Amino acid sequence: MSDETIDWMLRANAKAKGLRPAYFDDPALDRMLSMLTALVGEVSVLRERLDTVERLLDASGTISRADIESYAPDRDAAFERGCLTREYVARIMRGAQQDLDAIKADDRPIEEIRQELLES
Amino acid sequence: MKREDIPPPYTAVTQHGMFPTPRHDEAARFNFLTHLNKYLAGTLGPGNKVAYEKQALPAFAAEHGREPKDRFEVRDAMNKLPYHRFWSALKRNSMEMRQQNGRAIALRQLDRLDAQARQYNEGRDTLELNPDIAIPHYQAVVDIHCMPGSYHGEERPGDVSAGANYDCGFFATVGGGMGALNDGGGVALVEWVKRERPGWQPRRILDVGCTIGHNAVPLAQGFPDAEVIAIDTAAPSLRYAHARAQALGVHNIRFVQANAEDLSRWPDAHFDWVQTTMFLHELSGKALPRILHELYRVLAPGGLELHLEQPEYSDAMPLYEQFIRDWDAFNNNEPFWSAMHALDVREELIASGFDEDDLFTTGVTAVVDEAIFPKAKLGGAEDHGRAAAWHAYGAWKKDTAK
Repeated sequence: MSDETIDWMLRANAKAKGLRPAYFDDPALDRMLSMLTALVGEVSVLRERLDTVERLLDASGTISRADIESYAPDRDAAFERGCLTREYVARIMRGAQQDLDAIKADDRPIEEIRQELLES
Repeated sequence: MKREDIPPPYTAVTQHGMFPTPRHDEAARFNFLTHLNKYLAGTLGPGNKVAYEKQALPAFAAEHGREPKDRFEVRDAMNKLPYHRFWSALKRNSMEMRQQNGRAIALRQLDRLDAQARQYNEGRDTLELNPDIAIPHYQAVVDIHCMPGSYHGEERPGDVSAGANYDCGFFATVGGGMGALNDGGGVALVEWVKRERPGWQPRRILDVGCTIGHNAVPLAQGFPDAEVIAIDTAAPSLRYAHARAQALGVHNIRFVQANAEDLSRWPDAHFDWVQTTMFLHELSGKALPRILHELYRVLAPGGLELHLEQPEYSDAMPLYEQFIRDWDAFNNNEPFWSAMHALDVREELIASGFDEDDLFTTGVTAVVDEAIFPKAKLGGAEDHGRAAAWHAYGAWKKDTAK
């Protein structure tokens, strides 16, 4: 807490002027998605921090917090970490991606197929 | 996995003397958002068109007995689809998180940033603030692109929070596509003009709506003998812009708080080059022609007027294309971007004084260090409104102007 005059933790959350669109019929769903997306982000941050710790330990066997804060990956490490984050995002988004696959696939209800198999 | 599929890490950003210093986890937050944005644009984004063709169009036809007649009807039809709603909600959240993350970084170190800015700004005649300049209504009515407080917001009088947040989050919004200093647009302009007019030496350049000066700085660096005037209506952004330019060692820019609707402090034919970058779509129907009129007036015979804008959509485009290019207007607080579609910028330029044969249009992509940053492609799969690829409307004023 360096700036006592401003509660920066709360002010960071300031709302932009302008009515926010409602994306779902239940406003609670909009709020839940906001929380979930932020939480998903924080897990990614933790994973990246752990990767930093591992790399620093690999390199020197001992680390300080300052080492972590000042760590900047070289090109290869940045690529490997980027691959991890890309994979993480893809895994989190599986449901949405499969929705798209379903739209493309014209899948029929299982019940319909059950009847068909019974009769064929 | 190919290198070009993985965006550069946030640590590749240049931490100039005014840049808010990111902690490890703050950089990681932006890394996550960069990947999330890329996934939403590249992997899930094209699904909207599939959903339109397979779900929205048939449903609309069943209900109305015809196809949608304009992009607004497409929007209504799309907003009924669970797939599009979820995608839009994710994208909106991603933009809100970018603001929250940037503000958290900037505000927690605001004491240091403000002190730094004072050091760079106090007593310098290259920063001219004018409290009589009002915030234009088109800037005040909503916070453009969901940036809380917009370009003119302050957490306390005289601070640089708005500019610091804008600068430090840029990288995540564009996935590094604008380069380490977010200046790929300005660098591209300089390269373009040096190719187009080898040896041309503009004496005075006006950059209008300069915000934090990230496009004015490369112009000043590209033409070190030129006097660059960078104007904006927002004092908080100008304070940051001036300090940022000083920190980068660029001294031939004068940052002036001014509204381009009234440039009467500068005489006719004063500037050889008048530039706006991603500016016109943040105005209003009445302000835009007034500004173009003033820009033509202050432009010297033989001079260049150039406007970099988002890739436009035309009535000739399929309605779905028009709709998706309009998405930011409704979901990212860019209302004039949609309204501006009713104006023809070329006609507005002619109305401001140019002849039709003065005009040209061209495409410009960001110039970045391609060893580290992704090269933007014109016409590629784009994150609409965020790709580092622009449409340029330009005109060379005749030597013997009317």
